[in-house]
Amino acid sequence: MVRIRTIGAMSQHAYIFDAVRTPRSKGKADGALHEVKPIALVSGLLNELQARHDLDTARVDDVILGCVTPVKDQGTNIAKCAVQYAGWDESVAGVQLNRFCASGLEAVNIAAQKVISGWEQLIVAGGVESMSRVPMGSDGGVVVFDPEYLIGQRATPQGVGADLIATLEGWSREDVDAFAVESQKRAAYARDSGYFDRSVVPVKDRNGVTILAKDDFIKPNTSLEGLAALKPSFAHAAANGADAAAISKYPEVERINHVHHAGNSSGIVDGASAVLVGSESIGRDLRLTPRGRVVAGVITSTEPTIMLVGPGPAAKKCLAVAGMSANDIDLWEINEAFSSVAMRYMRDLGIDHQVTNVNGGAIAMGHPLGATGGVLVSIMLDELERRGLKRGMLSMCVGGGMGISTIIERV
Amino acid sequence: MSICGYEVDKDGIATVIIDMPGPVNVMNGDFTESMKQTIGNLAAERDAIGVVIASGKKTFFAGGDVKGMAAAPGAGFNEQITHAIMAGRHLFRSFEKLNLPIVAAINGAALGGGYELTLACNYRIAWDDKSVLIGLPEATLGLLPGGGGVVRMTKKFGIAKALPYLIDGTTMPASEALEAGLLDEVVDRVEDLIPRAKAWILSNKDNPNAALQPWDRPGYQIPGGDLSASAVRGFVNQTAFRLFEETRGLLPNKQLIFDVAVEALKLDLDTALKIESRGLATLIISPISKNLMSANFFQSTEVRRGGARPKDIARFRVSKVGVIGTGDVARTLSRASALAGIDTVILGAKPGDAGQAKASLALAEPDAPVLAGILATDVPSDLSGCEVIVATESADEALLGAVEKSARESVWCALNDAGAEASDPRTELRGRFVRLSVAPTDLQMAVIEVARGDFSSDGAVAKVYDFLRQIRSQPIVTLDTGVAFVERVLIHQLVEALSLVVEGVSPVRVENLSRAIGLREAPLTTIDQIGLARFASLAKRHGHPSVTPRVVALLDRIVAQGRGGRQAGAGFYDYPAAGKVLFRELSARSDDGQSSIADQDVKDRLLFSAVLESIRQVETGVLLSVAEGNIALLRAIGAPMWTGGYIQFVNTYGPQKLLDQCNALAARFGARFESPQILIEKMKTGESFA
Repeated sequence: MVRIRTIGAMSQHAYIFDAVRTPRSKGKADGALHEVKPIALVSGLLNELQARHDLDTARVDDVILGCVTPVKDQGTNIAKCAVQYAGWDESVAGVQLNRFCASGLEAVNIAAQKVISGWEQLIVAGGVESMSRVPMGSDGGVVVFDPEYLIGQRATPQGVGADLIATLEGWSREDVDAFAVESQKRAAYARDSGYFDRSVVPVKDRNGVTILAKDDFIKPNTSLEGLAALKPSFAHAAANGADAAAISKYPEVERINHVHHAGNSSGIVDGASAVLVGSESIGRDLRLTPRGRVVAGVITSTEPTIMLVGPGPAAKKCLAVAGMSANDIDLWEINEAFSSVAMRYMRDLGIDHQVTNVNGGAIAMGHPLGATGGVLVSIMLDELERRGLKRGMLSMCVGGGMGISTIIERV
Repeated sequence: MSICGYEVDKDGIATVIIDMPGPVNVMNGDFTESMKQTIGNLAAERDAIGVVIASGKKTFFAGGDVKGMAAAPGAGFNEQITHAIMAGRHLFRSFEKLNLPIVAAINGAALGGGYELTLACNYRIAWDDKSVLIGLPEATLGLLPGGGGVVRMTKKFGIAKALPYLIDGTTMPASEALEAGLLDEVVDRVEDLIPRAKAWILSNKDNPNAALQPWDRPGYQIPGGDLSASAVRGFVNQTAFRLFEETRGLLPNKQLIFDVAVEALKLDLDTALKIESRGLATLIISPISKNLMSANFFQSTEVRRGGARPKDIARFRVSKVGVIGTGDVARTLSRASALAGIDTVILGAKPGDAGQAKASLALAEPDAPVLAGILATDVPSDLSGCEVIVATESADEALLGAVEKSARESVWCALNDAGAEASDPRTELRGRFVRLSVAPTDLQMAVIEVARGDFSSDGAVAKVYDFLRQIRSQPIVTLDTGVAFVERVLIHQLVEALSLVVEGVSPVRVENLSRAIGLREAPLTTIDQIGLARFASLAKRHGHPSVTPRVVALLDRIVAQGRGGRQAGAGFYDYPAAGKVLFRELSARSDDGQSSIADQDVKDRLLFSAVLESIRQVETGVLLSVAEGNIALLRAIGAPMWTGGYIQFVNTYGPQKLLDQCNALAARFGARFESPQILIEKMKTGESFA
């Protein structure tokens, strides 16, 4: 009998040497980044990493990019295309992945796993989504147009799930709006105080002229009164049968209270992210200073119709994998897909808004689907450094009821 | 001569006449074999330029063999059934592969397979006559149009237009079908059909596409587009949830029709046809389709043909009817009677009552002058000459006596136990008295129960039966034991629902889980509509003694808070303008989903309480016709369509399985779920409920 033993390799850490992102801008034709090809959003970040660290790109094993709608400008493996477009060494590979909204964080987790396994030494992980050029759902697919699946699985729109969470928890329109107002306030303050400056790389045109330097989606003047005027986005689901389909799985619900709207849901934006993850030895070789490390990363899944309650269970699973408890976490990031998602996450984990999304979130700054996971890494790392704290948990809700979590810490 | 023989005329046009032995042309092995031969021969005709397909019968083509499909074995025979259905798709496809244009000359009903045949033709002409019905009613039988109907309709019209016809099973007269595009042309006279068909072939002699279906032409685009069109994607996504809400996932055939239609958007015709055939096979195997075929074909036919109406008694045509009483029931009845062209008299106890009732009817429908012809009176002798008199509410002895004097020949009907005479008809009424009942939910009087007792002669029963037919209500005949069948089943189910509430299941769950089993109306909604006080008295009469007292106590408590039901403006629900909401206090007292009674148990108790009570009434002999029972349960109290009626449900669910279910439910929830003896007997004899 042959015994295979891995010696040493499993003990190496996955270090984060850097994390960068583009600013985020409205994902419509009048958004600042609509004129920029998605491939250029990525190559801008790759070139920044290269320049900042005087990086020998031939030492990069792979570039993993999350992208949720990988068609049109984002089709045909945009990761590999972007690597070449950026002029990186031809030995660098690229792969695009799709774990819905968690794609960017999944990329980071996979990069960490690759490094920890010892199979690879240096990876760029992140994501890209030009929602203005490639609208959500434009790839079609089972959850868009397969009646057998839609009916059989009660695959109702996400917003119905978000409203169902609020209904089950008894959260009113004012409750979820209040969360959104706070997100805007925090994001505006953080941006204007320069908290994001280390990570946000201005998007430039081919002449080196800046197209967008900072997040421009934030609406600092958002007020409860202003939000109160917005119409709920999923009220029509009561009439078109989607509510009935969701309630069929939650027979204790009389009717779904439709509380979410454009102002308390994540914004549709364009953007990209890139995180440089590698081993200790390559850090030494290339004189890269670790800013942090990936402690643990997990994926899980929960009831798919409500769809958005995965983050709490994912965070708990992640703590278990890391052998930690909630007390070991200093700051928390939950992707603000909808107010109720973040509120449910805090309730599930018994944590306070004081330590959660301290610089706002996707309600204020937008959620460029495939890119967001990488964005969260840069936001968390910057804030841990600014506050002199150790450890942060990142979590996201994911289509199909999945939840993802990653713990990172400063070294 | 072949059953699909043909002759070729001097212009080279072949006319195929389908003329099978028996009254109609149907899709069976003989037809397939013969038509296959004919198509083969036509392909070899050197000088032919086109083909007309016509019928030698009064109807064009009756389509699929429902009897055969209903009798097909179920689970365990997947292989045989699938192969048999799969083989069928080639015949109509061979029409399309024939290099000659084919015109369907439709002289009579072309429904289901009949219309599918014409979809495989290049042009459809029909006689514009009311006998010529067009459409694909398969969906109403729990099936799908499996002769290419789903695929060709979708390819031809686009999914948004095709789907409603496919899923609703709509049928329509030729003129309407022409307007909808389901036909290409109509003719006024039947003898013009074949000449017009030939003329079309001649005028398309040089058209290279005349023999080619649109979908077989290169670059064909489905109207409205395929799944690459965002409008089509939106339609599919939205329709899915609408269909769920309509069917609660309980009518698999409608979902399958939808799924096959979407597949047809993605795939070439031949591949899509394979998928369609497999889908039909799935449905033929499924018990739910057998239930729907039973209810919407066999039993509805049996009921239409007279059900338990006394046989051998000539049909009556009632020309004058008296209605005693002026309430809602009396008004509904008088309206239906007058609209049916019957001389109708409303008799009120006080001067002016009847006039007011009549005025309200006439006011509601100014377009129906016949309502103004109703005679409203408080003079009993005005009822003289009425062939049928229906007493709808209590009246004093003197009035009844006076009516009787002037109507010694009339058949007396006591509706819903109206008046003291109902429980004890006077001897003078011997031979001409029947009891009628309408379920409290059946406001339109879709079904009226005719209970025959010692005082009911066959002639009286038949006369009342025929009168109810005239007013477009479905009569069912039961044995008069003082139990109204449909009402009793309904009340049993509603009492069970309230028993769940008493046991701590939240009203929201009761309502939602009743929808999950496919009840047309949720129980507490129904009780509000009946009115809590009236329901309490019905519960005392019909409900099971082991649960009724606690249920009545709950009702009393709610009524005591001024919540009498829908009419009172509040009951189990509040009724604000924005839509009804369950009474908060009641919901707050219950479990909020954490009851120890699981969802499945709630659903089972709601379903089986009605199923068991239904078959108990077969056992007691109250119900004379199972077909009438099933149809009445479906129409009058909204039994779930997928069951085919609570009695038919037992046939496909299986008596042994039901017995096991009874034992399990009885052990956990009480003796009222114990199996009726008749179930054990049916198991012994292997008979079904028919």
